Amino acid sequence: MVVAAKKSAASKTVAKAAAPKGTSRRSEKAPTVPDFTKAEELDAYRDMLRIRRFEEKAGQMYGMGLIGGFCHLYIGQEAVVIGMQAALKDGDQVITGYRDHGHMLACGMDPKGVMAELTGRRGGYSKGKGGSMHMFSIEKGFFGGHGIVGAQVSLGTGLSFANHYREDGAVCLTYFGDGAANQGQVYESFNMAELWKLPVVYIIENNKYAMGTAVNRATAQADFSKRGSSFNIPGEQVDGMDVRAVKAAGERAVEFARSGKGPYILEMLTYRYRGHSMSDPAKYRSKEEVQKMRTEHDPIEQVRARLLDKKWASEDELKAIDAEIRDVMNAAADFASHDPEPDASELYTDVLR
Amino acid sequence: MSTEILMPALSPTMEKGNIAKWLKKEGDTVRSGDVIAEIETDKATMEVEAIDEGTLGKILVPEGSQDVAVNTPIAVILADGEDASAIGSAPKAAESAPPVEAAPLAPSPVASAAPATPASVTSAVAAPPQPETVPEPDVPEGTEMVNLTMREALRDAMAEEMRRDGDVFVMGEEVAEYQGAYKITQGLLQEFGAKRVIDTPITEHGFAGVGVGAAMAGLKPIVEFMTFNFAMQAMDQIINSAAKTHYMSGGQIGCSIVFRGPNGAAARVAAQHSQDFTAWYSHIPGLKVVAPYTAADAKGLLKAAIRDPNPVVFLENEILYGHSSPVPKLDDFVIPIGKARIARPGKDVTLVAWSIGMNYALKAAEELAKLGIDAEVIDLRTIRPMDVDSIVASVQKTGRCVTVEEGWHQSGVGAEIVAQLMEKAFDYLDAPVLRVTGKDVPMPYAANLEKLALPSVQEVVEAARAVTYR
Repeated sequence: MVVAAKKSAASKTVAKAAAPKGTSRRSEKAPTVPDFTKAEELDAYRDMLRIRRFEEKAGQMYGMGLIGGFCHLYIGQEAVVIGMQAALKDGDQVITGYRDHGHMLACGMDPKGVMAELTGRRGGYSKGKGGSMHMFSIEKGFFGGHGIVGAQVSLGTGLSFANHYREDGAVCLTYFGDGAANQGQVYESFNMAELWKLPVVYIIENNKYAMGTAVNRATAQADFSKRGSSFNIPGEQVDGMDVRAVKAAGERAVEFARSGKGPYILEMLTYRYRGHSMSDPAKYRSKEEVQKMRTEHDPIEQVRARLLDKKWASEDELKAIDAEIRDVMNAAADFASHDPEPDASELYTDVLR
Repeated sequence: MSTEILMPALSPTMEKGNIAKWLKKEGDTVRSGDVIAEIETDKATMEVEAIDEGTLGKILVPEGSQDVAVNTPIAVILADGEDASAIGSAPKAAESAPPVEAAPLAPSPVASAAPATPASVTSAVAAPPQPETVPEPDVPEGTEMVNLTMREALRDAMAEEMRRDGDVFVMGEEVAEYQGAYKITQGLLQEFGAKRVIDTPITEHGFAGVGVGAAMAGLKPIVEFMTFNFAMQAMDQIINSAAKTHYMSGGQIGCSIVFRGPNGAAARVAAQHSQDFTAWYSHIPGLKVVAPYTAADAKGLLKAAIRDPNPVVFLENEILYGHSSPVPKLDDFVIPIGKARIARPGKDVTLVAWSIGMNYALKAAEELAKLGIDAEVIDLRTIRPMDVDSIVASVQKTGRCVTVEEGWHQSGVGAEIVAQLMEKAFDYLDAPVLRVTGKDVPMPYAANLEKLALPSVQEVVEAARAVTYR
């Protein structure tokens, strides 16, 4: 009963995203979902599937004991990072919290290096010293991978401060979850970002559960797109399961920030299928709730259905894409299983420059 | 009855100030609350209000007088019907007021009192001996030395580095338009503009994180905390983000940032505003921790800290801000981080201190000399990485050691020094190493208790006598 009520509330907020917003600083245009071209649909399908297959493989490897510690999978949320990444240019930055594998792949980081970091091997992006939650690639504009809930919000604001200082036109995408949205430093950052008109887009990935706590049990204002309103930061709710809606909103938000108007908030209504981390049995929600999201809202299935529907791809062609991706992920897993651990001498390196 | 108006203390640590302007002249009628003068300190310009009604009978310290000690009578207010002849009978307000305990060891040099004032200035503790200036190895002989306050030295260091490198900027509360809560950033806004001298909201956790993020992007922020007490709000960003990310990224992400501000006990501000965080930060791999005592070290080490590619916690001391000492006049005076300085050579006992702890150590060394004990005083200057070699070398010579710090003893910096000496100089020790520290209590407000809570010169002297068995 309770779950049903929750679900209807959730679908209502998704529906609301399609309606024009009342406040003047919100986007005036109703965010209608524009169609993708064939090429865009195929790219989105491939890119989201890469994340899904990577995460499935990571889950397997965790089960085999090859990955230790915490491992937070992104399965279900793929449309958010893939849609947002399409709005970025070279030189833009991305920063997020600990559920970060999807963001790294979206930024173009090599699955081998990411997987080898998960297994704590020398070929990992942090030479095995960071693990699942702490990976970086300056080359790809990815600034982590941060383990303290909410810390990346101030840091991302600082990255955008650097863009502003250098007047380089770059924008920083700062991702955090509905749980992090209750941390104090988020609002300290909002205040400074708007005060100084910093080029930052705050993306709140509302997957409805902060670890095991449902949004409505932890937050007095569950419409996270309004969380910037007392700082005059415009916000939108976006159907984060629809990659087209994400990309369109992302382009609006990034353009807003890049043009010097200051920060912008996008609340992505999304869902994670797996537990908070590998050790979470997810008893705080029903199997039916998860199943319903999977069957009715899955971001990859939506694209797949359109591709087939419009005859832009055949089942066989899509299978071929899947097979190709599985090969890449198997190779990554193989590398990450056989790459040696870091040399013992690495213990004392990289403490200081 | 006539009333003396005394040079007011405008902050807990103010020792002297200048009479900028008299707004009333002798013979003017004043009412309680009237602004009668403007005084300047190194931090601010403030108005002095009359506290009584009457006539401004006599101005004792003329406009433009410099370095007038706190509590010096500066004017006399005559009650109705009195004339200037009553001035001699004015009670010494300083005597009727509660005794002003200067901050322990915060000197009020009598010599600096304005001329023509009654010698009513008393200082609870005499000025500490100025450290012998041991020139840095890279200071050429014959270099001109200029007396600067630590405040000026810190400002000069920032200004020089900002001129040198466009990536350096300073942010914090009141650093720009207000010119710094403690006036350390005085003039920087005027020279470098609002883009590089940035007033933040009161939001330590947030702006520390913004600074770290900017540093991760390659800029070189100087983040000023109004005091390090407030940096506790930002501790997560300093430790989890600034100190660890280089390691966690396998060396990819640097964080060239300076966190600076006053640390440790101020005067009469009680437990939440008087605390020494040196040991806290010194615990963390990935940070460098600097705590200078002299103006020269403050300048040279701050310049080094700003250039350092790592996060540096730069711990200043409010009580030392106004103290002057010689600074070499060089175009680019940089002192390497991680090197201790022998502030006073000696052979009988090693006293190790840093920052304001040096005040106690140097004064104690003078006292010990009178007892025939020749103390060597090491100014550690950098706490992490610690120059253990210099301490060990000194102890190999003296065989005895006392550490001095205002922080608490448990897991304090002194505790680390003791452990290092046990491991590296055990066979050279002729006595257990003793620690003189702040007492194991939150800092009390009452002047007498505050004084008791802090270390004292006497305690250092006693510890040195104990380890030398004299």
